[in-house]
Amino acid sequence: MSNRQSKIRNLSIIAHIDHGKSTLADRLIQQSGLLTEREMQEQVLDNMELERERGITIKAQAVRLIHKGKDGEEYTLNLIDTPGHVDFNYEVSRSLAACDGAVLVVDAAQGVEAQTLANVYLALDNNLEIVPVINKIDLPSAEPERVKAEIEDIIGLDCSEAPLISAKANIGIDNVFDKIISDIPAPEGDENAPLKALIFDSFYDSYKGVIVFMRLFDGSVKKGTKVKFMATNKVFEAVEVGVFGPGQFLPVDELKAGDVGYLTASIKNVRDTRIGDTVTNADDPVKEALPGYKKVNSMVYCGIFPADGSKYGDLRDALEKLQLNDAALRFEAETSVALGFGFRCGFLGLLHLEIIQERLEREYNLDLITTAPSVIYKVYLTDGTQIELSNPTDLPDVTTIAKIEEPIVRAEIILPSEYIGTIMELCQQRRGEYEGMEYLEETRAVLTYKLPLNEIIYDFFDVLKSRSRGYASFDYELIGYEPSRLVKLDILVNREIVDALSFIVHEDSAQEKGRKMAEKLKKEIPRHQFEIPIQAAIGNKIIARETISAVRKDVLAKCYGGDITRKRKLLEKQKEGKKRMRQIGSIEVPQAAFMSVLKLDEE
Amino acid sequence: MTSLYIHIPFCKKKCLYCDFLSFSDTEYINEYFDALIREINAFDCKKVRSIFIGGGTPSYVDCGYIGKVMEALSRYDIDENTEITIEANPGTLTLDKSKAYRSYGINRISIGLQAWQNELLKKLGRIHTREAFIENYENVVKAGFKNTNIDLMFSLPDQTYEMWLETLENVTALCPTHISAYSLIVEENTPFRNMELALPDEETDRKMYHDAISFLNSMGYKQYEISNFAKEGFHSVHNCVYWQRGDYKGFGLGAASLIDNCRMKNTENIHDYIKGKTVIENDILTKADCMAEYMFLGMRMTKGVSISEFYNKFGEDMTVKYKSTFEKFRDFIEIDGDIVRLNEKGIDISNMIFCEFV
Repeated sequence: MSNRQSKIRNLSIIAHIDHGKSTLADRLIQQSGLLTEREMQEQVLDNMELERERGITIKAQAVRLIHKGKDGEEYTLNLIDTPGHVDFNYEVSRSLAACDGAVLVVDAAQGVEAQTLANVYLALDNNLEIVPVINKIDLPSAEPERVKAEIEDIIGLDCSEAPLISAKANIGIDNVFDKIISDIPAPEGDENAPLKALIFDSFYDSYKGVIVFMRLFDGSVKKGTKVKFMATNKVFEAVEVGVFGPGQFLPVDELKAGDVGYLTASIKNVRDTRIGDTVTNADDPVKEALPGYKKVNSMVYCGIFPADGSKYGDLRDALEKLQLNDAALRFEAETSVALGFGFRCGFLGLLHLEIIQERLEREYNLDLITTAPSVIYKVYLTDGTQIELSNPTDLPDVTTIAKIEEPIVRAEIILPSEYIGTIMELCQQRRGEYEGMEYLEETRAVLTYKLPLNEIIYDFFDVLKSRSRGYASFDYELIGYEPSRLVKLDILVNREIVDALSFIVHEDSAQEKGRKMAEKLKKEIPRHQFEIPIQAAIGNKIIARETISAVRKDVLAKCYGGDITRKRKLLEKQKEGKKRMRQIGSIEVPQAAFMSVLKLDEE
Repeated sequence: MTSLYIHIPFCKKKCLYCDFLSFSDTEYINEYFDALIREINAFDCKKVRSIFIGGGTPSYVDCGYIGKVMEALSRYDIDENTEITIEANPGTLTLDKSKAYRSYGINRISIGLQAWQNELLKKLGRIHTREAFIENYENVVKAGFKNTNIDLMFSLPDQTYEMWLETLENVTALCPTHISAYSLIVEENTPFRNMELALPDEETDRKMYHDAISFLNSMGYKQYEISNFAKEGFHSVHNCVYWQRGDYKGFGLGAASLIDNCRMKNTENIHDYIKGKTVIENDILTKADCMAEYMFLGMRMTKGVSISEFYNKFGEDMTVKYKSTFEKFRDFIEIDGDIVRLNEKGIDISNMIFCEFV
């Protein structure tokens, strides 16, 4: 280890949602002296508008801090931010791979939660040194000693020296700095060896091209260095290298082993830089790439279509740009009879889906129609072939199907014991299979259930939260596929199947879901000048029917004493409402109708 | 040729369904009429096609004010055949007032009855009874009015189909020359919006409407617009100007005008108006606006719109331009030689059709 490296610490902060990760990050940034009070936005790392509104961090980002340690030496701390939600385990994992240690923040009142555990396991997988920190000790309900004991019991981490802090009230922050410097190992690596750097994130800038975020394990890179991206075999000449100042890129002359920084190289094609790839010297490459990241699979798929068909190209460009920063996003072209040209997109989970949808709408100003989410089914045909089905529309004729398998997850739910009954009931309703229960302490337990993924992708999380008054936390992992009695439910609007409304459902609940779906659509689809039947069908069998009656009256009787402008505005408003609908045959269907299946259990 | 509208924004009491611009406070009445007459004096036009004094309740204010307005208007080119209408509400109309209106040259009177049943009138927040209406109507006839309109409403809270027929029978028995029949619209910002109302369902509403059309037709009142019915030769010249996009100038608070394809609107703030700030909106219509208006106003009339007139005005073939709309609503639109019109079913859903034109 060089003297330079001994003054570097590369770390992440990990926590369950709302345990105060972002607030602590803000404090560390503020106290490192790089920012003035005025520059200090409330949450510096969460700079996306959407993240701020939802109070969660979506995309990993990095910032470099300068801190003067107890020994009087100046240390460089590279803080790599990680998202906190179950959907984003992959993003957490790729950020952690760039670190040497992690600060684990645990709420002094709430204690260990499901995502605390999930994040700790990811950190251990990456061989990180974990520094536990007890936050929110200023809360009246804080029980730091109990929480310390809980961490020691459940996770097995020594908490005897864990800093007791309040990031919000600015208590104990110095202790956190001290523990980071004393406990997290400094980076190692040979700066004279060939370049070996890990891409943990990237960002598309319209002036500089792709900006690659990386951690250097060996070697060095500066302006003019010819670099190679090992997965794509593309070679570029570095135009600029630098580090992450607060909210800005700071160019430097050179990055060396142990550093965290960025590189630009006039890279125009977003596909040339893969997150998880290794960057090396083009002329003197390393023999083996870094192990890279945990492979990520899309768990949830849905169709995304432009409301205005002519925006198909814009949607594709936007998806490509988002994919640059989000390796977990998958998409391929899809055509729907009802919705025209669009994309079948794969996501980590439902929250990920919602975030991408909102970013497309806000950042790229696109008006979208999203179809109901689906998981991937394995369909075995009678001729012995097997297909992976992510789009219910593509389910072959029932007579050719030998069996269908659906993905199963193991879910761990941590909850106060008073809610055990109601949550078990919920899991039962969702075809859950009880696996076990363990008391963490007298009043809190971990429930373990096997659940079909398709039962939790719609609204499971919301219902879980509302039934436990927000106290239950939840995490899951895919454990495999199991055969199941599944059928495709088709919806006919005005006697024609609307492909985008089909969904796959367990045989036993088909009748009820079909009925609810027809009722829901009756409410969503406005009346027309003629009667519209809404039917739910399995194959040729109609299992539910509703009728939307014809409009009998839509007329402005009075002309408002010659104020024609007012009348014209009313008509324009009415027309504007129609524009936001999708024409299916002679029926105008509102965009929200395509998500109806998500809301079948409302009311 | 220009039509003139004069707005009198005062009422004894505002009805519960009303979202027109009117006040029951007469504090500013003198200043208002001064400002109104200044506005009239500042405007020039050649020949006057029609005049309409509306409100509010023009018959509520002292008839001397109306006399002054008519005097100010007298410098325009008006002949004895020019239709001059005043709006009146029962309970405000005496024989002397009616005679005075005649003496100012007003030759048409439009009376708001709305319903025949006193219990319905009360629900609407009207100030008058059926008996007051009958008495006022007799005064109007005695004063010599030969051209009278009675305004009616249906689809009212607690109104039954039978009540509506009773209204139509009694009103036609009085032999006015013109009847307007409006389906109640519960507007935003009216007390009705926040009240629990037992309104007839759509089925009943439409039965009331279609049966009124055939009943009135049998009594010699031919429908010529969605809500308007007249005896032969007595359709309202002034109303037709609105639907056929003739020029008109509105005087007074919130009054609207259309002159040379420019739509204007006066301020709705009475203090500004009194100070002489009048026109606040100026909307120069594009060709597309004009075409849209031609369609959605013209098709309110039973005689429909003319394909050749549209071509002469705009140089476009309406049957090509609106082909998809005509096709989509083929069960609701009749194309008869040069004429395109809504059928009775089409009137029922006319907004759905009209919004395709804007």
